[in-house]
Amino acid sequence: MTALPSQPLPDRAEPPTNPPTDPVILAEGLTKVFSSRARAGRLRRERVDFTAVDAIDLRVAPGELVGYIGPNGAGKSTTIKMLTGILTPSSGTLRVAGYDPQRDRVKLARRIGVVFGQRTTLWWDLPLRDSFTLLQRLYRIPPARFAENLAFYTEALDLGPFLDRPVRQLSLGQRMRGDITAALLHDPAVVYLDEPTIGLDVVSKHAVREFLRDLNLRTGTTILLTTHDVDDIERLCSRVVAIDHGRVTYDGSLEALRAERDLETVVRELYSRQGV
Amino acid sequence: MRVYLTAARLSLRRHLAYRSSAAAGVATNTVFGFIRTFVLLALWRQKTVINGWDAADACTYSFLTQALIAPMGVFMTGTELGPRIRTGDVAVDLYRPVDFQSWWLALDAGRAVGSGMLRSLPPVLVGALFFPMALPLSPLRWAAFLLCCLVGYLVSFSLRYLISLVAFWTMDERGMAAITFAVGFFCSGMILPLTAMPPRLDSVLQLTPWAAVIQIPASVLFGTQSGGLAYALAFGLAWALLLLGAGRLLTGAARRKVVVQGG
Repeated sequence: MTALPSQPLPDRAEPPTNPPTDPVILAEGLTKVFSSRARAGRLRRERVDFTAVDAIDLRVAPGELVGYIGPNGAGKSTTIKMLTGILTPSSGTLRVAGYDPQRDRVKLARRIGVVFGQRTTLWWDLPLRDSFTLLQRLYRIPPARFAENLAFYTEALDLGPFLDRPVRQLSLGQRMRGDITAALLHDPAVVYLDEPTIGLDVVSKHAVREFLRDLNLRTGTTILLTTHDVDDIERLCSRVVAIDHGRVTYDGSLEALRAERDLETVVRELYSRQGV
Repeated sequence: MRVYLTAARLSLRRHLAYRSSAAAGVATNTVFGFIRTFVLLALWRQKTVINGWDAADACTYSFLTQALIAPMGVFMTGTELGPRIRTGDVAVDLYRPVDFQSWWLALDAGRAVGSGMLRSLPPVLVGALFFPMALPLSPLRWAAFLLCCLVGYLVSFSLRYLISLVAFWTMDERGMAAITFAVGFFCSGMILPLTAMPPRLDSVLQLTPWAAVIQIPASVLFGTQSGGLAYALAFGLAWALLLLGAGRLLTGAARRKVVVQGG
């Protein structure tokens, strides 16, 4: 694991000298309404609408590392599912890496990487190495580039000892390192990390954080990170976007967020604020 | 194309690894082969030839179709897609840069080949030790049979894929699978060869897609298929194309309105 000096990250939200670049993620009025039918009497059923994401505006510049936070059920995962093209927005516009996620889903998929902390993107019964081989074909990674990347991540995330073990036999920490590698092998421009440190022990969390920070600095990969871990935000994110009840309640730099009090208090306040 | 071949190859390797499961499957298939054979023999005792098949043909049919259960997915239990929709893991599959239906076809084809390699020969061999068998020796006949099995497999996959997709709307494909299990088992000729059914029922059942899965390949092997190989292939391919097309439309609809379960 290559450790980096723990210096504060430059604030990438508003680069002072660089000319303004096109945002790699651009959402305007992004909304997702789920409908379900609820019982409303003996036979009658009524349509019930639930707005999971409510007119969110989001601009993320290339190379930013954004913490996307909010209490359970705030709409974080729904947003990420729309950003990957899995869910169709009810309204609003959305562009990621220059693509419309719904229309150009396949093209976009080659430019993004996703880690779902609570599920694995690896194949449960296959050795980790075979999952990577399948990903090479899925993303059409040139063999030389694939070998290079695999060697790099094997070293950086210490995958060597379990590369030939079936994924189902891996510990959570090992699986997560495998999942992170799986999301990065094809050199994506944008990576969504949905609770990548969930359930990890202190040492593994630290290792994953150091790795992500190094990745962001080294390659300029844009990272959108959802987490409930205040330390994740504090150690990694230069910018924080908080949502609650589907609406953005804070969007700004980490420094501004914790200017007055400690981050944990601020986050607790953001989480307990009642929806508008 | 390469991604689908790799997926099929890895899926095959995965299924070849489940040896004890395959052994248990072989034992079950063989035992039920005996039960079905005794039932058929009781019927053939009443009449020595039914629709061109004698008792040895009936025994052969029984064990041959037992051998086809696993690779052809006769139980219609859906594909491995169903459980992934149920748990929400399908989110991972949905954002991959592949064609969703082809991806699941590749994985399921790997499973089918693995099942065929491990589970198809033993029931027939054991059956041949205890009952008269009438397997043809002509290699052409076997080639025709394998071709029909391939088409029948496509029909079976496209049906099971549709059943799995139902989970996008009902949250669980198992209810649907229970219905199609009963219907499919009867209509494919697993309970009684379709050719041994009352003629009117037979002529109707010969038109369902399930006929292409079990009955038609067997009839082609025995050389009793009316219309011969050409009809068998045309019939199976027509159903396969229709059902694959339906699966494609339903996949599109699911994409537009899915609710991926779980956070």
